[in-house]
Amino acid sequence: MARISASVYTSHVPAIGAAIDLGKTTEPYWQPLFGGYEFSKRWMKEHTPDVIFLVYNDHATAFSLDMIPTFAIGTAASFAPADEGWGPRPVPQVIGHPELASHIAQSVIQDDFDLTIVNKMDVDHGLTVPLNLMCGTPAAWPCPVIPFAVNVVQYPVPSGRRCFNLGKAIRKAVESYDAPLNVQIWGTGGMSHQLQGPRAGLINKEWDKRFLDRLIADPDGLAAMPHIDYVREAGSEGIELVMWLIARGAMADVDGGPKPSVAHRFYHVPASNTAVGHLILENPP
Amino acid sequence: MSLDKPYLDVPGTTIFDAEQSRKGYHLNQFCMSLMKAANRKRFKAGERAYLDEWPMTEAQKQAVLARDLNRCIALGGNIYFLAKIGATDGKSFQQMAGSMTGMTEDEYRHMMVAGGRSVEGNRRVGEDGDAQADRQPQGHASRKAGL
Repeated sequence: MARISASVYTSHVPAIGAAIDLGKTTEPYWQPLFGGYEFSKRWMKEHTPDVIFLVYNDHATAFSLDMIPTFAIGTAASFAPADEGWGPRPVPQVIGHPELASHIAQSVIQDDFDLTIVNKMDVDHGLTVPLNLMCGTPAAWPCPVIPFAVNVVQYPVPSGRRCFNLGKAIRKAVESYDAPLNVQIWGTGGMSHQLQGPRAGLINKEWDKRFLDRLIADPDGLAAMPHIDYVREAGSEGIELVMWLIARGAMADVDGGPKPSVAHRFYHVPASNTAVGHLILENPP
Repeated sequence: MSLDKPYLDVPGTTIFDAEQSRKGYHLNQFCMSLMKAANRKRFKAGERAYLDEWPMTEAQKQAVLARDLNRCIALGGNIYFLAKIGATDGKSFQQMAGSMTGMTEDEYRHMMVAGGRSVEGNRRVGEDGDAQADRQPQGHASRKAGL
């Protein structure tokens, strides 16, 4: 049977991708940020899974206002890095896992989550920046990736509770897959940031750190937080953090299993407009 | 019965909800068209003519021509879509975000390096933070531009 071995949480700031693509990672502005992921890259080499289930949001790239799916699962064999207006990022094609993705779609829809199934999709920085942060800049990504896009652009976005429960359904789906796959689930986006209006540039370190604490120790309580708290305290784009609850909901302790261990925790301000948060949680073997 | 919109009292913030999305559909889809290199080239060669191909309001077109992102957002634009205009102009996300505060690029960058904008006084309309309407613009961008 397949199982979820670990969950990874990280911001996916586009400027981080630009810094990597332009060779600026050792500059004084960027060094503290990339330094925080040195452990993660080593960890990733030692814990390379068979598949990454990567929760992210599309930033008006694959989905315009023509169609706005709340939850979209990528079931294609491969996904191309998108041209977001600056030209496509020079990163490898993303190889999918159509068999596991289709299995998860079937199982999760039967569990009352109405996923949109996407067989053709380009992927933007929301997906490729976390891969760079965890894997560096290899010629090919180390394993297949199932993209899972969540609408956090047009309100109302899914609630924290719904995301958390979706994570539980994804875990159940993975564990019913009849092959011994090691699967990681990643939740990306956040932390506090606001990209619009006179309040642009908002950062709330205390709130972010409390969010990390609660994500580790009290995810069920955290899932009850209403959207307005994210907006007021962490900025209009801080709402991306609901996606972390999908990954957290897929961990074993949520369903009566043992608590995860914290392999790594990192926090840094700023990356461009944004507070960067990062966690690695491991399920006990 | 009216919809529940608890986010209307957050200062300096427009939440892109279904109503804003409806108002901004053509504006945002125009932005989306700039993801193609050929369209970016055509837009740069003649902005007004390109905009006239879209059923946008005149106010939306003027806001785009002026690169007034706050106005674009008030008229239904969303920052992730508007970012395509910035990309076409060769602007970073930080330059775009900063342009909405009235700060110069240096002022905004300095605020971010110093830890970002504080939430204190900026949670609700009527408090005394720097994002409140009576404290705009916040920096010297308009003075520098000679406006």
